Amino acid sequence: MEFDPVILSRIQFGFVISFHIIFPAFTIGLAAWLATIEGMRLFTGNPIYRRIFDFWLKVFAVSFGMGVVTGIVMAFQFGTNWGVLAERTGSIQGPLLGYEAFTAFMLEASFFGVMLLGRDRVSPGFYLFACCMVSFGTMLSSFWILANNSWMQVPLGHEIVDGKIIPADWREIVLGPVMMVRWPHMLLAAFLTTAMCISATGAWYMLRRVHYAEAQVMLHWGLGLAAVLIPVQLFFGHLTGLYVLKHQPAKFAAIEARWQTEQPAAEVLLAWPDAARQDNRFALEIPKLGSFIASGNWSAKEIGLEAFPAEDRPPVLIPFFGFRVMVGMGLIMLAVSWLGNLLRHFGRLESTRWFLWGTFLSFPAGFVAILAGWYTAEVGRQPWVVYGLLRTADAVTPSLTTSDVMISLLAYALVYAAFVSFGIWYIYKLLREGPAGPALAIPGATASRPLAYADDAASATGAAERG
Amino acid sequence: MEPSTLALFWAGGIAVSILVYVLLDGFDLGVGILFGTTRDEAKRARMMASIAPFWDGNETWLVVIGASLFAAFPAVYVVFLGAFYLPVLVMLLGLILRGVAFEFRYRAERSRGLWDRGFFVGSLLATFVQGAAIGAMMRGIPVENGQFAGTSLDWLHPFPVLTGVGLVLGYALLGASWLVLKTDGTLRDWAYARIPYLLAGVVIVLGLAFATAVTVDLTGDLQRGGHQIAGWALIFPLVAAAALLGVGVAARARLDRLPFALTAVSFIAAFATLATMMWPYMIPYALTIADAAAPEASLRFFFYAGIVVLPVIAAYTIGVYWVFRGKVGRG
Ligand code: HDD
Ligand code: HEM
Ligand code: HEM
Repeated sequence: MEFDPVILSRIQFGFVISFHIIFPAFTIGLAAWLATIEGMRLFTGNPIYRRIFDFWLKVFAVSFGMGVVTGIVMAFQFGTNWGVLAERTGSIQGPLLGYEAFTAFMLEASFFGVMLLGRDRVSPGFYLFACCMVSFGTMLSSFWILANNSWMQVPLGHEIVDGKIIPADWREIVLGPVMMVRWPHMLLAAFLTTAMCISATGAWYMLRRVHYAEAQVMLHWGLGLAAVLIPVQLFFGHLTGLYVLKHQPAKFAAIEARWQTEQPAAEVLLAWPDAARQDNRFALEIPKLGSFIASGNWSAKEIGLEAFPAEDRPPVLIPFFGFRVMVGMGLIMLAVSWLGNLLRHFGRLESTRWFLWGTFLSFPAGFVAILAGWYTAEVGRQPWVVYGLLRTADAVTPSLTTSDVMISLLAYALVYAAFVSFGIWYIYKLLREGPAGPALAIPGATASRPLAYADDAASATGAAERG
Repeated sequence: MEPSTLALFWAGGIAVSILVYVLLDGFDLGVGILFGTTRDEAKRARMMASIAPFWDGNETWLVVIGASLFAAFPAVYVVFLGAFYLPVLVMLLGLILRGVAFEFRYRAERSRGLWDRGFFVGSLLATFVQGAAIGAMMRGIPVENGQFAGTSLDWLHPFPVLTGVGLVLGYALLGASWLVLKTDGTLRDWAYARIPYLLAGVVIVLGLAFATAVTVDLTGDLQRGGHQIAGWALIFPLVAAAALLGVGVAARARLDRLPFALTAVSFIAAFATLATMMWPYMIPYALTIADAAAPEASLRFFFYAGIVVLPVIAAYTIGVYWVFRGKVGRG
């Protein structure tokens, strides 16, 4: 592989956003979880919900803080590395990303502060309202990001004037049909990720025989939530696949590793796609199923990559495996959550240690699925950055040299690897300690300093309080 | 071509945001720089406490600027970030370093020294590149086909280096005045003692920068900007100079509130000077406000966000400063 600013910028973008998404994926779900638990507390008056709430609130705060720190870099990437993209599509992408940034600030400036610091200062009803608004805010954040990315996947509602791509119909841009399936798919992914983490935490405490009561609530809720959400997610995944088939047939062929046009088409379950030979090695296929999946009948003709000019074909390896990993994780979640509920029905959930181990070990399933899904979507979109309108190779900032991007990539790699590991380490420590006392107020903390909750015992400002 | 009303709204909004950012993040970056000049843990802890509730919210304004630029003036966003690829990288890494160091230093026992150094270095780097970017902007930025047409080290030139050093001293001055305002006892004395040196430093570096501008750096562009400061606009540099003088006098008289207020006035006046030099350009001397503005459809769509969110962020900022008003107690 020849290194040039384009490939290095692609690696850099993929690298930093992969680190970034870990945190939002978790916080979108956690915010909803916190609102639910707070609602339960208000409704039942059971103090256990309060302990669980206080515990996850700290995790939420640190995770949110890491999301902010890693997200700030993302916003600048469009200008630094993708200058031509930003210039030609800025009048569409700029406002969409601007809305996301402003949404985030609204959140920090309003209800997030109440949630972190206001427990004793507002009425319980209002506190619950604040929790719901924070959850709503994180969803809104993902709404704008997905609107932007969906527009890049399937551009709609624009016109081209003097080589610039400008908005013609905002409604179509923001609320296009693609967005309407991808946003729910992403939201459900975030909820599932969090549900799996909560179940895994509960299982972990069970296995260590600590925090029994809290662990039980976490397990029941987490597994119950996952069991309900996963079928819905598989359905939305199906709808997402349909949009790909309709609008991005080359990506669809890559996901299916279908090199040649076939009639009827087989479904490749597993294989090693070999780009040099334009063929699959070690293929495990089911005849005719490919036609059925794509067209709903057993004999339809399905086009392969050969139908596209060589310069319009996406890479196959990553979309092919990315898709299968994502679906595989979905099936794991299905198995774990349904089995868990079955065991619970027979009253054996808490005592079946092998199952608890399985639940504990499946905590990364959501994160893996989200990353795999995004890799499928983004790599499968290549060689286009805005599908059909602008090629990735033409989108990079023209003044960049290979060494410029090499420097920035190395710097981001080092800094992200170091800081994100610290962040994850602190989250791990919070999780290991488990629900203990109530979340203490941290002197000098505001809604814009959630990372201060990395440690609520000796806070960042512990040495000096306002007197 | 005349800029539209919406374009002016956004240009004004962004200018105000930059000014607010410089004043607010300026003092906490300055405190970060001063933090590196003492080893006394008690002082360091109180310095941290004096900015703890504010610093992260202050950085919010940087993202406001970035987001608004991309939305309303994508052409400026692109050229600026292309021209300052490496400085922006350094600034972002500096800000990350600082942010993480700030929150993690108390938790750390063995690695405390590392976080402390990170906090200082992060503050220093972020400040320096901001100052250098101002200098480089004043020298003019080459643009072709709507993209930056230079190399990633063009900004590294004597004049921008001097403006970078100047801003380090300027923010440190703002930081020292902040400490005077917010603390008492030994730390306040310590800060008072530093003000005269920082003032002298700022004046000397600005003088050097001016000398470089007229000797080494006869690029014509700078002078073209200089010529625009005619007549009434000369009032701004004069106000800046007078305010700096006032800082010295107030520090001598030990009036706790005045040094910060007057340093802020000098920053505002300096900002106004720059703005008049650059008007109507956003990227000197290549893109004007009208050239760079996004189509009306985009400006209008984003206007609704601005008109709601900017006042809320402003109110939030004021609220936080109000809640944490007064001197920081000694722990
Ligand atoms: C708002 C737009 C947007 C959003 C929400 C995402 N991306 Fe993306 N992504 C881009 C906009 C983009 C891009 C700027 O358009 C890139 C850079 C080069 C390219 O072709 O697309 C890109 C490239 C890109 C690549 C490199 C692909 C390649 O060059 O072969 C990866 C691996 C990812 N992204 C991963 C992700 C992940 C894990 C995301 C989940 C959070 C994600 N992206 C969300
Ligand atoms: C190109 C892609 C992206 C960019 C430019 C980006 C930008 C940002 C920025 C700047 C922040 C910090 C905001 C702040 O200062 O508070 C942030 C945080 C966050 N991002 Fe991203 N992000 C991207 C991808 C995503 C994706 C794919 C999601 C989820 C679907 C997401 C959801 C969030 C959430 C929930 C937060 C934390 C809460 C918040 O501040 O809104 N982001 N992002
Ligand atoms: C049968 C199961 C599933 C199917 C058929 C499916 C289908 C798809 C398809 C076709 C894409 C690519 C969309 C594109 O190119 O734009 C995608 C993306 C994605 N998937 Fe899935 N998916 C399934 C399960 C899951 C699960 C269980 C998760 C996570 C918990 C998940 C998370 C994601 C994410 C985060 C993306 C990227 C965002 C997007 O493009 O919408 N998927 N999915």
